[in-house]
Formats: sequence, C-alpha cells, structure tokens
Amino acid sequence: MSSNQDNVAFSSNQENAEEPGDKQKKLLKNSSRRRKAWDIFEKLSEGVLFVSAFLGVITVILIFLFLFKEAVPLFLDPLSAPTLTAKNWYPISNPHIFGLWPLIAGSLIVTFGAILISVPLGIGAAIYLSMVASPKVREILKPTIEVLAGIPSVVLGFFGLVVLAPWIKDFFGLSTGLTALTGSITLALMALPTITSISEDAISSVPRKYMEASLSMGATRWQAIVTVIVPAALSGITASVMLGIGRAIGETMTVLMVTGNAAIIPGTMLEPVRTMTATIAAEMGEVARGSEHYHALFVVGVVLFLMTFAVNYIADLVSRRMKEVE
Amino acid sequence: MSPKVTEKIAFATLRAIAFFIVLCLAVVLWDIFSKGLPALTWEFITENPRRGMTEGGIFPAIVGTFYLVLGTIIFALPIGVMTAIYLVEYAKESWATRMIRLAVVNLAGVPSVVFGLFGLGFFVLFLGFGVSILAGSLTLALMILPVIITTSEEALRTVPRGYREASLALGATKLQTILFIVLPNAMPGILTGSILGVARAAGETAPILLTVAAFFLPRLPNSIFDQVMALPYHLYVIATQVPHADQSIPYGTAAVLMILVLGLNLIAILLRTYFRRMRKV
Repeated sequence: MSSNQDNVAFSSNQENAEEPGDKQKKLLKNSSRRRKAWDIFEKLSEGVLFVSAFLGVITVILIFLFLFKEAVPLFLDPLSAPTLTAKNWYPISNPHIFGLWPLIAGSLIVTFGAILISVPLGIGAAIYLSMVASPKVREILKPTIEVLAGIPSVVLGFFGLVVLAPWIKDFFGLSTGLTALTGSITLALMALPTITSISEDAISSVPRKYMEASLSMGATRWQAIVTVIVPAALSGITASVMLGIGRAIGETMTVLMVTGNAAIIPGTMLEPVRTMTATIAAEMGEVARGSEHYHALFVVGVVLFLMTFAVNYIADLVSRRMKEVE
Repeated sequence: MSPKVTEKIAFATLRAIAFFIVLCLAVVLWDIFSKGLPALTWEFITENPRRGMTEGGIFPAIVGTFYLVLGTIIFALPIGVMTAIYLVEYAKESWATRMIRLAVVNLAGVPSVVFGLFGLGFFVLFLGFGVSILAGSLTLALMILPVIITTSEEALRTVPRGYREASLALGATKLQTILFIVLPNAMPGILTGSILGVARAAGETAPILLTVAAFFLPRLPNSIFDQVMALPYHLYVIATQVPHADQSIPYGTAAVLMILVLGLNLIAILLRTYFRRMRKV
C-alpha cells in the first residue's frame, strides 16, 4: 500500500519537470494505474479463492442434504418404514419389503473376507519393502504394487467374472462361482495397494535408532521388527487398515459383477450375496423416480455414507494421533 | 529354533508375500492384454457397435469417455488449484479453514456410488440437467476434486519460501508472486495430480451409471446435454448384459480402458520422477 502512495507522490513531482520528463511521466502514470488495478485484483482474488475453497464444504453439506432429502419420505411412509428392519429385500413385490439386513450383511461379509486376505498380505509386503528389500528391489516393487491401484474397478470385476469365478466354481465344486468369496478376493486386490503403501510409510518413519538400539542389545532384525518396529508403527498400520476397509465397503462395480447379487443373508462365504453398493447401482437405473423403491435406495445410500464416514473418521483420528506422538 | 533361523524363515515368507502380490498383478495384466490386444483392430476402435453390441467396434464409447474426461478436468482443475492456493497461501487457522480441510478429507472417503446418487439427485433432477455429459462431468469432477487439491497443495508447499520472499522484496504484490513465481514452479506437481485425477475419472463406472452413461447409443453427442456411451460402462454392459457377445469384444474394451488409464498413470509417474531429478540438479 505505501509503495503505491510513493508512486503517486513521485509522479506528481515529475509534473513540474520540463520536456524530457514527459515520456517518463506518462510511463509512471501508466505504471501507477497498473499498480492500482493489481490492488483491486489482489482483494478480489482472495475472496474468489476463498469461495472456491469453500465449494468443497458446500458440496459435502449438499451430499448430506440430498441423500437425506430423498431418503426421508420412506421413513414417513407408514407402510414401508417398518419393513426396513425385515430380513428380506423384496423391492418389487407387493407389498414392498425393504429389509436392509441382507444388504448390510452382504457388504460386511464381503468386506470382512477382503480384509482377512489383504491385511496380512499388505502388512507383510509393507514390512518387506521397508525393512528387508534392498533399495533396488524396493524401487521396482513399490511402483509395481501401485499399478494395482490404477486398474479400473470394472476391469477387475470383469477379470473376476470370466477368470476367477470359474476357478472358484471348479475348486469348491459349486453350482456358481459368483460368491461372497469371489467378491472378497477382487476387493482384496483393490485394498492391497492402500494398505501396503500407507503401512510402508508408517514403518519407514519409525526412527532408525529404534532398530539400531535393538540390534545392539543382541536382537536379530526380525526380533526387532516384531517387538519394536511394528508396535511403534501400529497407529499408522491401523489407519491403513481402516482406509482399506473404507475402500472395500464403498467399492461398487467389482462386487456388482462377481458376487451373484442374491439379496439373502448369507450362511457361508461360498454363497451369492448382494452388497449395499451393488443394490444401488443395479436397481437405480430401472426404478421410477419418486417411488418407494427410489426412496429406499437413497436410504441404502445414507446407511452406506454413514458407515464409510465412520470408518474414515476413525482412520483420520488414528493417523492424527500418530502425528502427535511423533 | 535359533533366532537366526526364525529370521531366515520370516524374511523368506515376507519376500514370498511381496512377490505373490506382484504375481497376482501379472496374472490380471497378462489375462487382459493377452486376450485383449489381438482384438484391437482399426475397425474395432473406429466403428460403431452392431447387432446388439455383439459385433463391431467401440468408437462411441471412446469418444464419450474423452468428452467426459475433458468436462471433468474443466470443472475440477480450476476449483482444485484455487482451493489449494487458498489453503497454502492465504488460509489462517480459523473455523472456516478447518471446515475446508475436513470437507476435503471427507470427500475423498465418499464411495463412488454415493457420488452417483448425489449426481442423480442434484445435477440430473434438482438442477434439471437431465442424464447428460454436463451432469456426469460435474459428478466426476466432485469425485476427483480431493485428488487435485491434495496433490496441488503438496506441489505448492515444495516451492521454497525464499522464492516468495525474493519476489515480494522486489516489490511484487502477493498475487503477482503467486501467479508468476509460485504457480510456474509448482506446475509439474499440479500437472501430475491432474493426470492422476483424469485417470481415475476415466476408469470410474459407478458415478456415471446414474448420471450420463447410455446403454447403447451408436452416434456421437451434439451438445453437453446429450447422453454418451463410456468405456467402463460399456465394458460392464457387454460383460454382464449381452450374453452371446464374442469374448474378444469385452477383452478388447478392457484392454483399451487399461491402456488409457495405466498409460495416464505411467505418464504421471514419469513426469514426477523427471521433475524431481530436475529440481535436484
């Protein structure tokens, strides 16, 4: 601001100068005008930037509002609302039954299976990458595992459908290969890169002196890893597992294609299931706007949203505590 | 068992795990490309699907995905970069800043199908855009916004403080400093983030399922209010809803999608390593 005033003062001094100053005067006047224009920009820009940053907040609020707005009519419907706790999802029978349990159970069992597979593999790979592998091997392996995260979910679903499902069908002697297990395996592939790379970061950020102190006490590297390094990185590893769970619950296309989509509460991993995400994706296209079924799908969306929100919130909480400990 | 032997066994197991993951990846890639690449003929890429999608090519789906990605980046890039600039250069610790950060974290965790539901409820129905390129692009843009914001933020933070101070000391205003000094230096990082975001948008199916994708539409769109076919949705449709299609068609579609998405990822990774090396020199 003060430099601006200096400019003005300077140019007014020049007013009294003769001939050769004329050109200079014009130049200075121009530059001070330009300076003023920048000052206006300056103030405008901060406002514009703030507004665009705040769009993110508005979006989150809008997502909340619209999911609830479209879900509420079902809660108010005296015929449909009580069926939400039923054990069946028969959206097109008469009367409709919108029992959420089979869908929630489907999502949980597929996610549980995926975590059971991907957590040991992901953490094992993370320990290998950060503690065992030579720098050269790490440099090749790390981006290779990240490629897995780049594969579109619909391609993994297709692979599960045409390759994995027949394998599972033959291996277990089933009538169909489209089971909860098939979904779990494909989801595990999708959650693996998340778990591996975040756990690897957590393990790598444990101070070197922890390892050195353990070794100097006579421990082997493996003993040090199990008793010192992994416990020190535990909150980061936990956060990675939570994010993996969040990814698995919210994943749509792979489970839609490989889990067989039967909305029944499953007894074993070798039966078809239907997840919340698959239900929305499969049924929303054919449903009449504003019907009970339409609103019921938004109820499923709200439940899904709240579940992933909770999981991500825990992950955020845990990883923030990790930073505080450091 | 002596601790040394235990260690040997444990490390061997860990190594086996790491290589098992790579093996899984190799099996997926091998299956898709070994059966998909032979299907990629000039006709397959440049022709319309025929006979209920059991023959012909995937040209409309390629064009549709191109339009969607273009629309997505037009919306997401400016908003994402401006948000990052605000957070890095202007934001002070206040409730508004905390809310913005919380919103970005939350957006990153929202499942893609929920974005689809929101896009349907808000863009398609409430704002009346209909099932259209516009609605689909906006939905995808919201989805990749967190990716662009976080990578741009990181890029802006790597620009040394000294650059800003030197520029300010020469009499430049804050905005001039940001526009002419900070942004050009952060450009490689922002570019990498945008490409990663584009790759994600190109491969996603669930958000476009409800907001833009056409089951079968063998013509090119005329306006942003038209529906389009898109590669990932097309793959889903022929894999699950067209029972008698020749296997080469879904495999070919999958291969094209993988080349597009993994290619973009590869470009982003290469750019990042290249610029990192440049900076060190």
